[in-house]
Amino acid sequence: MGLLGMIVALIVGSIGTIVLGLAAKWVDRKVTARLQWRVGPPWYQPAVDCLKLMGKETVMPAVARGTGFLAAPVVGLSGACLAATMLWAMNLWVGSGFVGDAIVVLYLFTIPSLATMLGAAASGSTHASVGASREMKMLLSYELPLTIALLVAIVHTGNSFRIAEIVGAQQSGHAVALSISGVLALIVAIFCVQAKLGLVPFDQAEAETELMAGVYTEYSGPPLAVIYITRALMLAALPIFLITLFMGGVHMTGWRVIVSVLQFVLLLVVITLIRNTNPRVRIDQGVWFFWYLVTPVALAALALAMIGQHYEVTWL
Amino acid sequence: MSWKLWTLKKSLFVYHVNVGACNNCDIEIVELLTPQYDVERFGIVLVGSPRHADALLVSGICTRQAEPRLQELYRATAKPCVVLCVGSCALSQGVFADAYHAGHCVDEAIRAVDPNAIIAYVPGCPPKPEAMILGVIKVWEKLEELAGGKPAAAAHPLAEVART
Ligand code: SF4
Repeated sequence: MGLLGMIVALIVGSIGTIVLGLAAKWVDRKVTARLQWRVGPPWYQPAVDCLKLMGKETVMPAVARGTGFLAAPVVGLSGACLAATMLWAMNLWVGSGFVGDAIVVLYLFTIPSLATMLGAAASGSTHASVGASREMKMLLSYELPLTIALLVAIVHTGNSFRIAEIVGAQQSGHAVALSISGVLALIVAIFCVQAKLGLVPFDQAEAETELMAGVYTEYSGPPLAVIYITRALMLAALPIFLITLFMGGVHMTGWRVIVSVLQFVLLLVVITLIRNTNPRVRIDQGVWFFWYLVTPVALAALALAMIGQHYEVTWL
Repeated sequence: MSWKLWTLKKSLFVYHVNVGACNNCDIEIVELLTPQYDVERFGIVLVGSPRHADALLVSGICTRQAEPRLQELYRATAKPCVVLCVGSCALSQGVFADAYHAGHCVDEAIRAVDPNAIIAYVPGCPPKPEAMILGVIKVWEKLEELAGGKPAAAAHPLAEVART
C-alpha cells in the first residue's frame, strides 16, 4: 500500500468511524431516555449538536496558553482517528502483512486522554486542573488491567501481538470470549473502556455537579465540537476494539456482518446500562476499584489462560 | 434562514443560573427534563459550564452579591447566547425590589454588559413549564426576525407543546 492509499484509508476510516460514533452517541442517549421513561432526542441530534458548536464563537480565557489549549483537541482527535483506522485495516485485511500491533493501538487510544489533560492544564482554570489530575489518576489505574486483559487475548491466540493474527486465530479457531479466562478478561476490559470513555461511574474528570464540566470547562465553539467528535469516535472505536480482541473480530462480508453489528450494539447497550444504573464514585474509590479488584481479576484470567494453553484445555 | 440559526433551533444547551431564587423556579425548570415535558426531544439539554451554553436560564432577584457574578457569567458565554428571565423575581424583583440586599434587575444587569442582549421574560411565581417553553419559542422568533427571515418558529413542534 502506497502513501496515497494510506491517506485515503485514513480519511475514509476516520469519517466512517465518526459517523458510526455519532450514531452510537444517539443510541446511548436514546437508551438513556427510554430507561428514564422519556422519548429522547431524534437520530440526527448528535450531528446537529456538533454543527451548532462549529458555528459558535471560540472564547479564549485570558489566562489560557493559546497554543496548547487549541492544539490539544486536534491532537486527541488525530490520535483517535489513527487508532480507529488501524483497527479497521487490521480487521479488513486479515491476511495481508499489515504491520501494526495491539500495543500501538492501545498506545494511540491513550492519546485522547493525554490531550485532554494537556488542554485542561493549558486552559488555566482551577476546575479544569482538578479534572486533569483526576483524569491522570484514572489513566494510571485502568491502563494496567486493560493491558493484562489484552495479554489474555494474546495468550489465547498464539502469543502474537499482531492484531491481524489475533483476529485470524479467532476466526479459524474459536473466539477468546468462549472460555472462562476470556469472559473474565472481557468483563475487565468493559470496565476499563467505561473509564476510558469517561462515563459514569468513572466520570470524575468531568463531574458536572462538582467541577462544572471538569476538563472541558473552558472549551467553547469549534474546539468543543472537536472534543465532542473525538468522544463520539472513541464510543465507536473502543467497542470495535473489544470485538476485535475478544469476540472474533469484525466481519465485513456475508451474514456474519449481522453478528458483528449485534455484538457492537450489545456492547454499547451494556456500557449505557452501566452508566445509567450507577452513581459516580469518588476518585479514591475509582482507583481502589481498579487496583485492588479489577487488576487481580485480570491477573487471575491471565493465569487461567496460560494454564489452559499449557495443558491444551481450550475452555479455560 | 442561515444554517447557524437552524442548528440553534435544533440544539440548545442551557446553563441554569440561580441569582437568589427561592428554589421554586428551579424545581419547575428541572421539571422540563422529566418525562412529562422531556425537552431533550427538541435538543434542549442542561450543561455544566457557561462556556458551552447557548442560553442562560436565570431565576431569582439578582442580589447585590450575585450581580457581578451574573455579569461575569454572561461575559463567559460563547455568543450567540440568549438570556431567559424565569419568574417574577427575575422580571421585576417582585416584593423584594426595595430590600436591602437587592441589586439591579436581571435584565438591567445583563444590559449593562451587552446593550444588545436578547432577553426573554417568563412571568409567573413560579412559571409553568409550558410558559418557559413558550419563552424559548419567543427567543427563536426574535432570532429569526434579527436574521431577517419571516418568523416560522410558531410552526415548530415545541409550539404545539406550549399550547396544550
Ligand atoms: S418567582 Fe416566585 S417561585 Fe420564582 S424564585 Fe421568585 S418567589 Fe420563588
